[in-house]
Amino acid sequence: MNDATNPLLENLNALAVGLSLLTAFGIVAMRQARACLNLFIMQSLLLAASAALLGLRYDSLHLYGVAVVNLISKPIIVPWLLRKTSPAEIYTRREIDQVLNIPTALLIALALAVGAYFVGIPLANAVAPEFRGPNVPIGIAVLLLGAFTLTVRREALSLLIGLLVMENGAFLAGIAIARDLGMLVELAIATDGLVIVFIMGVLVRAVQKQIGTTAVGALASLKETRATPEPDQARS
Amino acid sequence: MSILIILLPPLVAALLVCIPIGKRWAAGITVVSCLVNLILIGQLTQQVVAGRIPRELLGAAWSKWIAVDGLSALVLLLIALIATTAAIFSFGYMAHANPTAKKLRLYYANYNLFVFSMLAIPVLAEPTLVWIVVELTTLCSALLVSFDNTREALEAAWKYVVLSLMGAGVALFGFMVLFAALRAGGGGTYTWTGLVTAAPRLPAILLQTAFLLILVGLGTKVGLVPMHTWLPDAHSQAPSPVCALLSGIETTSILYVILRLFPVMHAVPGAYADTWALVFGLISVGTAAFLLLQVKDYKRLFAFSTVEHMGIILTAIGLGGSAAEYGAMQQIVAHSLTKSFCFFAAGATLLATGTREIAAVRGLIRRSPIAGAALIFGGLAIAGAPPLAVFLSEFTILKAGLARGQYVATGFLATFIVIAFFGVMAHVNRMVFTWPQTESATATNETFRLPFSCRLALILAAVPVLVLGVYVPKPLNDLLTLAAAAVTR
Repeated sequence: MNDATNPLLENLNALAVGLSLLTAFGIVAMRQARACLNLFIMQSLLLAASAALLGLRYDSLHLYGVAVVNLISKPIIVPWLLRKTSPAEIYTRREIDQVLNIPTALLIALALAVGAYFVGIPLANAVAPEFRGPNVPIGIAVLLLGAFTLTVRREALSLLIGLLVMENGAFLAGIAIARDLGMLVELAIATDGLVIVFIMGVLVRAVQKQIGTTAVGALASLKETRATPEPDQARS
Repeated sequence: MSILIILLPPLVAALLVCIPIGKRWAAGITVVSCLVNLILIGQLTQQVVAGRIPRELLGAAWSKWIAVDGLSALVLLLIALIATTAAIFSFGYMAHANPTAKKLRLYYANYNLFVFSMLAIPVLAEPTLVWIVVELTTLCSALLVSFDNTREALEAAWKYVVLSLMGAGVALFGFMVLFAALRAGGGGTYTWTGLVTAAPRLPAILLQTAFLLILVGLGTKVGLVPMHTWLPDAHSQAPSPVCALLSGIETTSILYVILRLFPVMHAVPGAYADTWALVFGLISVGTAAFLLLQVKDYKRLFAFSTVEHMGIILTAIGLGGSAAEYGAMQQIVAHSLTKSFCFFAAGATLLATGTREIAAVRGLIRRSPIAGAALIFGGLAIAGAPPLAVFLSEFTILKAGLARGQYVATGFLATFIVIAFFGVMAHVNRMVFTWPQTESATATNETFRLPFSCRLALILAAVPVLVLGVYVPKPLNDLLTLAAAAVTR
């Protein structure tokens, strides 16, 4: 639109990006699988908003495309696919025995976010002076928080959301530094996200049928030190 | 001839196997499509070696995204070769457990899609598109890993998917930073060759960041230590022909993507690609060599050996110099061919004994002479015994390392290779030649007959391992030189 800085658009973008970091913290802290999914949907909407605002700011058709793709695929198709493929049980699960308790997890998450800031700033500065916005450091922070969620969670849905949050983080940073990547690539990445949901849904269903739980992260029978597996356990 | 035609046979086969005709139909059509593919890729490789770069017929918009050079032709050839032998091995192996026709169709549909996604990696030249097909390889192979549907197989598949996709998230950000680096350097086409051309202008900090993110992200799928934890699980729980694909060529084709970054990094002063490769490579070789000693499961033994070999290849690239790079290419070929043979041998052993435990298999040579001979041959070949392919390539790498004056790194590499040799041979030797202590373990004394197609696949896979240990044919030598040049530039 205009090449000079537009404070309103920049501030609105900062708000959207900042709120998406907050949702990432929420996903780390929430025990209810359903609540995690809702927070993830909110985060995707904020990502779409950020893409649209940056699109308006730089008059980039491609960024509008990112916004539309995000609006359609994550809030609508992902929950639908999950309902189709995986057992309904994954929504109702609560994580009681977490690897870390919530305050510790949040503290580590905070440290990660601060670390991401120090990594992200020099990166954003190296790209182009007009990109000293919040997208790159916060994108990295969201990516790290997604990875952190993956390491401390055991429930299938929380793990799946951790993966999708990582992708959201990569996109939050990506729309600022690589804004004209190409529409085909964008669409392909979105489709890929849906394939991930589909395959993991199928796997969770198989796990639940075979083992009777969706706490997939707790599976740990494959180890080097394992002696002969007990036969009843192996066949159950 | 368009390059893209090589992607057609597996796609067509994936559709054809879904027709419910009979149990042999799906297996047969897969073998046929793999053979057709092998011929097509053989022709393509010949063109590349002869210096005639194949033209794209699809128009300018597409042709910039599709390109084949020496390095990609080498990887394509390996994928086609191993997909063929693994398809032949699958024919008898999968029928042995007598699964339902529907389950077999699912297996072969996934098999063909998996082969398709791997073939797409070297063909595509646009990094983000490559990232997408790397994702596809994970997703197409996930259901192959969990095929047995046991508790262990599901656990392995889950770990595989979660860790690979986690790495993919990091790598996606890496590819975006790479794109940002290209734009900050004044623009250019975002393809592998475009990056190499633009490399001297790119800002080193962005390039270094992108390289590390991609090395860590895709390194997860290659099985570099410390991101390797899923690999022994997935590569041991999947059906054996799938293990041959996973260990033999999937890791290699992902490593190929990392190798593509080296010419870009070499062109930028202040970028340290070689040091990182050396560090990650040596840590992988060392860790895998010691873990090899304490495995309890013979398929995990070969899986850890994959981690070791990926480390050797990366170390060779890190040593630098055209001789070491040639050695790395040779090692890629030798490892793919030998490792697929090893997993066929492991599959034959599993059919003959019904167990994956090393301790439970004794006197295999009596129970099934073919499986026993194959296992001992595979063990010797993968550990690097003299007249075989891996020995020749490892020797080339060590010699090149010494010639470069990298005594410390080469010394470590040699030590780890020797430790791994004893690790592999101790286990394999005990399985094949020692006799069981108790009488009850020798319950079945009659020899086991391996299905014909499994024996055929074992022989077909053994021939190149033997031949390449003695000499490297001229066309292959040209291809290896071309491929090594693509890494250097």
